[in-house]
Amino acid sequence: MTLTAPSPYRVDASGYYGPFGGAYVPEMLYPNVEELRDNYLRIIEDPEFQQEYKQLLRDFAGRPTPLFLAQRLSAEIGTTIYLKREDLCHTGAHKINNTIGQILVAQRLGKKRIVAETGAGQHGVATATVCALKGLECIVYMGAIDIERQKPNVDRMRMLGAKVVPATSGSQTLKDATNEAMRHWISNPTDTHYIIGSVVGPHPYPDMVARFQSIISAETINQLLEQTGRATPNFVLACVGGGSNAAGAFYHYLDEPGVRLIAAEAAGQGVNSGHSAATTALGKPGILHGASTILMQTEDGQVTEPYSISAGLDYPGIGPQHAQLFATGRAEFLSITDKAALDAAFQLSRLEGIIPALETAHALACLPLIGATKDDVVVVCLSGRGDKDLATYTKHLEEYS
Amino acid sequence: MNRLTTLFQHKTADVLNVYFTAGFPQLHDTVPILKSLQDAGADLVEIGMPYSDPVADGETIQRSNQQALDNGMTVATLFEQLQDIRQQGITVPILLMGYLNPVVQFGVEKFCQQCQEVGVDGVILPDLPLEVFEREYQPLFTKYGLKNVFLVTPQTSAARVRQLDGLADGFIYLVAAAGTTGAQTDMNADVDAYLRRTKVLGLRNPTLVGFGISDAASFAAASRHTTGAIIGSAFIRLLQNTPAEGQRQAIQDFVAGIRPVPEPA
Repeated sequence: MTLTAPSPYRVDASGYYGPFGGAYVPEMLYPNVEELRDNYLRIIEDPEFQQEYKQLLRDFAGRPTPLFLAQRLSAEIGTTIYLKREDLCHTGAHKINNTIGQILVAQRLGKKRIVAETGAGQHGVATATVCALKGLECIVYMGAIDIERQKPNVDRMRMLGAKVVPATSGSQTLKDATNEAMRHWISNPTDTHYIIGSVVGPHPYPDMVARFQSIISAETINQLLEQTGRATPNFVLACVGGGSNAAGAFYHYLDEPGVRLIAAEAAGQGVNSGHSAATTALGKPGILHGASTILMQTEDGQVTEPYSISAGLDYPGIGPQHAQLFATGRAEFLSITDKAALDAAFQLSRLEGIIPALETAHALACLPLIGATKDDVVVVCLSGRGDKDLATYTKHLEEYS
Repeated sequence: MNRLTTLFQHKTADVLNVYFTAGFPQLHDTVPILKSLQDAGADLVEIGMPYSDPVADGETIQRSNQQALDNGMTVATLFEQLQDIRQQGITVPILLMGYLNPVVQFGVEKFCQQCQEVGVDGVILPDLPLEVFEREYQPLFTKYGLKNVFLVTPQTSAARVRQLDGLADGFIYLVAAAGTTGAQTDMNADVDAYLRRTKVLGLRNPTLVGFGISDAASFAAASRHTTGAIIGSAFIRLLQNTPAEGQRQAIQDFVAGIRPVPEPA
């Protein structure tokens, strides 16, 4: 996981990806962020850490996750599609890769309490899970609206012993849960670690989370080589809210220009409908949650309330690395509507027997749009499973019967 | 000369700084509240530029920010409202407090220029990192005669306090305790020890302590080891709970209640 060559797509010594990144935090958070920044690389590169991390990924999270050749979907789309099955991770999504890593970092920093934010609840469940595993107190902030629409995950967090606190400010979704979690951290600066769930926030979070998620592309390389004789696919597809599964799926391919990186954003009811979370289509450079990035905002710099059918993509920004991938053209960002995501979710369910998370369905919906031919190899990061979204899917069952 | 500099040259104790949110409770309340605060005897005034995501602030100030935004307040509107205040007899030093993104979108140089034009003396931007200020903002602030105020917390190392003190040229904003604005902190032994510890550093800038100051007792306790104190959330609550016609008198009473004027001998 250690990189040697400098790359415009990876974090520099000051914590920036080109013009994006940095640590725009109030002084109240400076010591926490500084402590993390000064220690994270030393901690995660330590052989003992690596041994414990890898063992937990294997024995607790269930890694490596399979790389599955989706034959019927491939035939339907007219290309060769492999699904990286992060949905088979313990707790049902890629989020656990990061929370296991961060809980081990937090322990080594001597922290006693964990605070986290969650949108769809996947990161909250993953955080509550590792806190239970390690016996740390866990507080999860979640938008009041998300608590309603992702109830099974709320119950799971509670069963795991976490305290779920509703964020009732603003749009009452992921952005506001993040604000509240940051406030909690500000109020408890010495004994609390904030496990950010995506590649967002002040440096070093985007880099640290991307490193923990890079296990996705590291495994993909080996599995693809084994199954096809080639390590590099023609396309890698992933959905982007903040962008952690995409950061992990892209990680080892960033400096392979032959691999086209495709990021799916949530267009909601349509990019220009006023109900959208398609950040690169609608946003411009700005500062939110401690980083300079691309942000949906008004002309006056007020953060716009996003909308998506998927709680995990309902965020007005993207990680700073993704902002740089977009600005340089290294990754292509596609806007996927709620409807297209639902179509793709039902298609995968019927063709392959896999019910994907609504977030992941946005990545799947890109498949017909990228111009892949039958000779191409496409890897889709199947970031999570759809059990948590059943209530939403149920509402649309009739349309697809 | 910058009004902040003049103020601290003449007054070295019991300085009272009051924060309120621009455009709150009503869009056009900004200047009347400013005038009332000056008349009531506030030594300096901090005007909040409302922001959708004010993470360093607590619930009271966030709600006032949201209400001000709903009222239509913007950075541009605030500058329009402040346009002629210096000609209208407002002499109290004024600070603008807010978050970086609206300032960046407005244009940093244009922002500094407008501050100078309307007579704003200094700026507090909690999420502007020291390093970024030093690299990108300091020359502009200097060019337009604007003071930058840094925050210091109980967790800030002595070395960093000295670094911030070296860069600041208005005052140092001492955050009394861990937390966001409006948190109810007693002026307890921990806070007292922190303020003493900071005093011993012998900073070149005056110090004002904020967060948790809400009445005469907490103001007096906070001011014991500093140049003065900042009141925000308690004042916002007052504005929230006062009908428009009683606002001026309520502000008068509030300020008098925080820092009772000694009876003439």
